[in-house]
Amino acid sequence: MVERRPWLDAFCHLMLILGVLVVSFPVYLTFIASTQTAEAVAQAPMSLLPGGHLIDNYTQVLTSGSGNESAAPVGRMMLNSLVMALAIAIGKIAISLLSAFAIVYFRFPLRQWFFWMIFLTLMLPVEVRIMPTYKVVADLGLLDSYTGLTLPLIASATATFLFRQFFLTIPDELAEAARIDGAGPLRFFVDIILPLSRTNIAALFVILFIYGWNQYLWPLLVTTREDMYTTVIGIKRMMTAGDAATEWNLVMSTAMLAMLPPVLVVIFMQRWFVKGLVETEK
Amino acid sequence: MEKRARFRSLWLPYALVAPQILITLVFFIWPAVQALWQSLLIQDAFGSSVEFVGLANFADLFHDPYYLKSFRVTAVFSIAVAFFGISIALLLAVMADRVVKGSAFYKTMLIWPYAVAPAVAAVLWLFMFSPSIGIIAWSLKHWFGYDWNHLLRGDQALWLVIGAAVWKQISYNFLFFLAGLQAIPKSLIEAAAIDGAGPLRRFAGIILPLLSPTLFFLLVVNVVYAFFDTFAIIDASTQGGPAKATEILVFKVFNDGFRGLDLGGSAAQSVILMAIVIALTVIQFKFVEKKVHY
Repeated sequence: MVERRPWLDAFCHLMLILGVLVVSFPVYLTFIASTQTAEAVAQAPMSLLPGGHLIDNYTQVLTSGSGNESAAPVGRMMLNSLVMALAIAIGKIAISLLSAFAIVYFRFPLRQWFFWMIFLTLMLPVEVRIMPTYKVVADLGLLDSYTGLTLPLIASATATFLFRQFFLTIPDELAEAARIDGAGPLRFFVDIILPLSRTNIAALFVILFIYGWNQYLWPLLVTTREDMYTTVIGIKRMMTAGDAATEWNLVMSTAMLAMLPPVLVVIFMQRWFVKGLVETEK
Repeated sequence: MEKRARFRSLWLPYALVAPQILITLVFFIWPAVQALWQSLLIQDAFGSSVEFVGLANFADLFHDPYYLKSFRVTAVFSIAVAFFGISIALLLAVMADRVVKGSAFYKTMLIWPYAVAPAVAAVLWLFMFSPSIGIIAWSLKHWFGYDWNHLLRGDQALWLVIGAAVWKQISYNFLFFLAGLQAIPKSLIEAAAIDGAGPLRRFAGIILPLLSPTLFFLLVVNVVYAFFDTFAIIDASTQGGPAKATEILVFKVFNDGFRGLDLGGSAAQSVILMAIVIALTVIQFKFVEKKVHY
């Protein structure tokens, strides 16, 4: 605080509260809609106070999905989302740790080549190679499988760079001491590098979990069976029934369920989240 | 920077990079090469005849009014998303940096939308603005006599997706601005205050110039976001409609490839998009590394 300006402070608070309200309003509305019956939501304007159908709506979507018969229960979709988010987060961290370790602690032919190849993946987001990547996955018979959902997304240039940068800051003496004590590279990796990387791993995990949970285009292409849908895809499929037939109360309950895990992760692991976000983008 | 202390092994480093490299080759490099190759071919929808046509697909694209329109839509969309996303976030970050009480609360309440999936954000906005039941569409009509129907009006549909995209991106920008603001030495601000500079003058003369690296970085990131990560927003809300008013480039690649089955045309669009990403990445690394100042 530089100077006393009570009016300016009041103005700041006012703007911030306004910002928070505007940012939260869509989610508040979603919550309200998820506590009402389909008829109540379909009235314009709908009530802005919670209704009494919270438990009904959530039980229905979790156990039996939305009204039409083909829908899968959202409980199953949440499981799929969880598997996908965890597999992507853990997979990316694991292979990035290994390749960064190799690139920093070894000299070998093609090292620079590999480094550039990994760098190249930054420039090839799924969106620009949709058709051919889909074809590769289809040819490998990976459609509608967890492997197909996660494996193509596991390569990560940002995570590799992050770990490379971090490894470069680890004092050389540690590696020398380990060698003098007779530790091989793998022993050094497990006993020294991994424990030192804990905070980076945690920060990265939070970011990648959110990234994996929120994937859209890839699961949309790769999953055709209801029981392989992720929650985000499930919402989209519920809405294709057409505006009139959409049971908004159930769609909104599902939307709440889709938001809940990543939002909780951000709120309760805020420190790691901020660190991860700021560092991966450097 | 290189390490002095290294390990020696003939096979271990290759084994360590193998998973990353294999996945990169199979799911990144190979498909990208395929896209390049396919962009030079014309294939009918059943795959029965393939013909090499050189750059004809690209020539077709640049004579296709829909493609040119999609370019314009993308330009408007990304400029609007970057502008509103950055300015609103900057405003909030400056305020959050000033207040002492409750700043942790504000911060938490402003960053959580980052965790909302773009597709879910789109559904939320669709619900608020639904012409038949949306509360905001209703309010606009009831109180202001403004007719909102993004199913028919292209400009409104574009505003809808811009709104959803900005809403989701504010938290990200806010966080980076806040980090940037907190890195500015307090002594500079205090010195200016002692010299009699008011809050606005300090903002324009000291804070904004010192934030310029963050600002530039966010500009690039927001444009990349608007170009690529907003596919889910478009697909879950307007599907590019009405009358292609919200058909951004990424959505068109998908739509022409998977729905229109125009493989050559879609691949050619992919190649153009790749060129755009490469350009943006190069800009990001060239300038962000050097830290634009003043």
